[in-house]
Amino acid sequence: MAPNHTIFTMLLAASLVIFAISCWRRFSLLSLGRPEDRTDDPGRRIGEMLRYAFLQQRVLAKPFGLNHFVIFWSFLVLAIANGEFLLHGVFPGISLARLPDGIYFPLLLVLDIVSLLALAAVTIAAARRTIAPPYPEARTFEAYFILSLIAILMLAYFGINAGKIAAMTGGTLNVALTWMPVSSRVAMFVLPAEGRYVHDISWWSHAFALFAFICFLPNSKHMHILTAIPNCFLRRFEKPNTLPMEEFTPENTFGVGRVDRYTWKDLLDSFSCTECGRCQLACPASITGKPLNPRGVIHDIKVNLLENGPSLKLGGTPLKSLIGQNGEGSVCEEAIWSCTTCGACMQACPVFIEQMPKIVQLRRHLVETEATFPEELLNLFENMEGRSNPWGIAPSERTKWYSQMQVRPFEKGVTDYLFYVGCAGSFDSRNKQVTVALALLLDKAGLTWGVLGKDEKCCGDSVRRLGNEYVFDRMARENVTLFRDRGVKKVIVQCPHCFSTLKNDYRQYGIELDVIHHSELLRNLVQDGRLALNGTAGDLGVLAYHDSCYLGRHNDIYDAPRQALELATGTPPVEMGRNRENAFCCGAGGGRMWMEEHTGERINITRVKEALEQRPDTICTACPYCLTMFEDGLKDVRAETVTVRDVAEVMAEAALR
Amino acid sequence: MLIVACIKQVPDTTQVQIDPVTNTLVRDGIPFIVNPYDTHALEESLRLKDRFGCTVAAISMGPPNAEATLKKALALGVDRAILLSDRVFGGADTLATSNVLAAAIRKLHTEYDNVGLVLCGKQTIDGDTAQVGPGIASRLGYQQLTLVDKIVDLDFSAGRIRVSRKLEGRHEIVEAPLPAMLTVVRELNRPRYPKVPMRLAAAAAPVEVWNNQVLNLEEQSIGLKGSPTWVSKIFSPERATGEILGDGYADPDGTAKLLIEKLLAKDMLPL
Repeated sequence: MAPNHTIFTMLLAASLVIFAISCWRRFSLLSLGRPEDRTDDPGRRIGEMLRYAFLQQRVLAKPFGLNHFVIFWSFLVLAIANGEFLLHGVFPGISLARLPDGIYFPLLLVLDIVSLLALAAVTIAAARRTIAPPYPEARTFEAYFILSLIAILMLAYFGINAGKIAAMTGGTLNVALTWMPVSSRVAMFVLPAEGRYVHDISWWSHAFALFAFICFLPNSKHMHILTAIPNCFLRRFEKPNTLPMEEFTPENTFGVGRVDRYTWKDLLDSFSCTECGRCQLACPASITGKPLNPRGVIHDIKVNLLENGPSLKLGGTPLKSLIGQNGEGSVCEEAIWSCTTCGACMQACPVFIEQMPKIVQLRRHLVETEATFPEELLNLFENMEGRSNPWGIAPSERTKWYSQMQVRPFEKGVTDYLFYVGCAGSFDSRNKQVTVALALLLDKAGLTWGVLGKDEKCCGDSVRRLGNEYVFDRMARENVTLFRDRGVKKVIVQCPHCFSTLKNDYRQYGIELDVIHHSELLRNLVQDGRLALNGTAGDLGVLAYHDSCYLGRHNDIYDAPRQALELATGTPPVEMGRNRENAFCCGAGGGRMWMEEHTGERINITRVKEALEQRPDTICTACPYCLTMFEDGLKDVRAETVTVRDVAEVMAEAALR
Repeated sequence: MLIVACIKQVPDTTQVQIDPVTNTLVRDGIPFIVNPYDTHALEESLRLKDRFGCTVAAISMGPPNAEATLKKALALGVDRAILLSDRVFGGADTLATSNVLAAAIRKLHTEYDNVGLVLCGKQTIDGDTAQVGPGIASRLGYQQLTLVDKIVDLDFSAGRIRVSRKLEGRHEIVEAPLPAMLTVVRELNRPRYPKVPMRLAAAAAPVEVWNNQVLNLEEQSIGLKGSPTWVSKIFSPERATGEILGDGYADPDGTAKLLIEKLLAKDMLPL
């Protein structure tokens, strides 16, 4: 059947109506979410959007990203051809051929080649999905369907042109041969007499594929074509572990127990996920067999929103609970508690979906509204509230580590730095050795520093990541008041969790502290010549460095500990398979330090095995939790000849000998 | 049906130190906590409330600042929180304390049809006498069931309770008519954690304060005057000083050997 512009127009109109209704159906659900401002610093937002959405920086971080890059840019370029096709279908007078030849011919060449590239890319994508999918469940009808539609569009594009070319002769044929190399090769298989049929069949195929695409797009995960670019524009600039504060007034709700308690941006995230699975491939919980899958959480939020949306819009209550074991559309409690808040999912996501804060919001609901949580946490919460440390040890014991040495109390004007020792550094017998090493180094470098002694309180990191925002809020306020009263400005910490909490979280409470992690401080002191190294800490053998999530991913400190180690040992540390931004968590973050790990392989064991692949003699950490997790893990895999040292201890070997 | 949970504010004993000069507890700046055993009594009361719909009253005798303890009980879900506080109650031993608590429960008895159960922790961690619960039972003429680790059966309409008592190396199942006073051990339950909305509501909810004008007890039976026992001295027994053997970090095997030799020499290893 020859192209019929009336039928075409009617079908297009119908498709557009379906498209509009579908978009409205989904986007209007965003209004159910709570308000949140994501418009600050628009200049930076546009920059990030160009970098990540258009240049696809994060997509390209993985080898297969190149394939997506090709599809993405083909899509943009071919929008010209598809736009023309649609307009021409309705208004036959409109055609690119009206452009001057100098523009039209090169354009034909570009469209011809780009179509071939797109066809190749979708073929590769389909093959990859079949042979080596990113994760087994990725072989969905939806995925193959959309790839097939794109392939049909490309084939039909060639068919339309080939049909025309087959009937061409003389000069026009020469033009086609020059400017449409792919289409003219396809035309070689078409007899001149068949040209019309091939053209007409291709034309209708193209039309139907395009209509199907338009209708299907906003009802599938391929909606990311519409949402991914804005999602990059609307990305969060705040450190990923710093969640919004809660206001503790009786009329408020706490955390997220139903889908409309998320913000509109959280809901938009769920529409932006195209289920590439990169988050789950980076997630320590997913990898070690826990029921948590960050992609799954985002998917469940979307399904829950779509199921409950109509009822919620009418002011009703949700039909499907967000938390629980109700299959698709709800997140089970074990998944919620499996998160180490390591941030690997957010680092991996090409379109800046914020999985981890959504999980913590679910925790907040469980802890604050339901008071249900794994039983190990009851003691933790009570110890934190009662004695301001995770173990419930008497605060007076905070001074014990310096019973054998001279340590000053922090005093404004007398001591420059507050050494905020932290709970692990104060109470944990192994980590107290790190504290002593660091204290000796600070003295040797001639810094004036003091401690808060028994007045020091826990920073509250674990309770915040565990969703006990109420207790965190009180602890933070107490600490901020204490720091203000004592005139604290510059703070030395040896724990990345204290570091991140004091530096980032406490900013929400109106205090800007100059917090420095000991790995940075020690490096600076050596580089500035203030801390002299007597020898090199060479007898530590091959030394591998493990990135702490709260130092690395959450605060972008990757080089300082490495440089410090290089200064101390003379050689840069050996890198593990996954390092820096892609480092694998030790398993203790997000309050997991205080919980049992029953399901799957233990995260620290997985990481220890990865470290042992480098055959290190020493594994170096910069975090008390990592130190504990590695020492435990090494014992479990019976690799006790490998020792674990903190950066400060390695530095002490070189400086204090 | 009313259930009364008796709770006490105690100093956080992990943080209490004894003044070496005066041999008294240094309580300055020491945080107070709810006596840990009492938290289990409170929890069981709340579970019975959830199960039977009873009303739960938490009562505590103490100084005005013990209000904080009752606020915690409110945050956990008790219906009434009553602080028995009066200068004349001060300095009480276990006898005088149980007189005051019994009087308060008797008063509650007149307000409600029936007091079914009184629950106490088995003892407090500051006094460690384990006498106040039984004292209340005697004053009120209630059955006393001590060291309860499980309520096996409870039938308010038949007025009977059957509990398991945790004794050394064995359990005893005991049945008694109501009303009864139970003292409870930690194994009874796992206390709940307060929900934030309840904490916020508790912060605004009132704690009733009953002084002796309310209870109207004779001064001879309360406070210092009503206390036949008093503490003459508190002291920490002297600790034998130890020594650090070898260097366990550098030479664990050698240090272990050293330790075994020491223990053998002192005949402290069962061989």
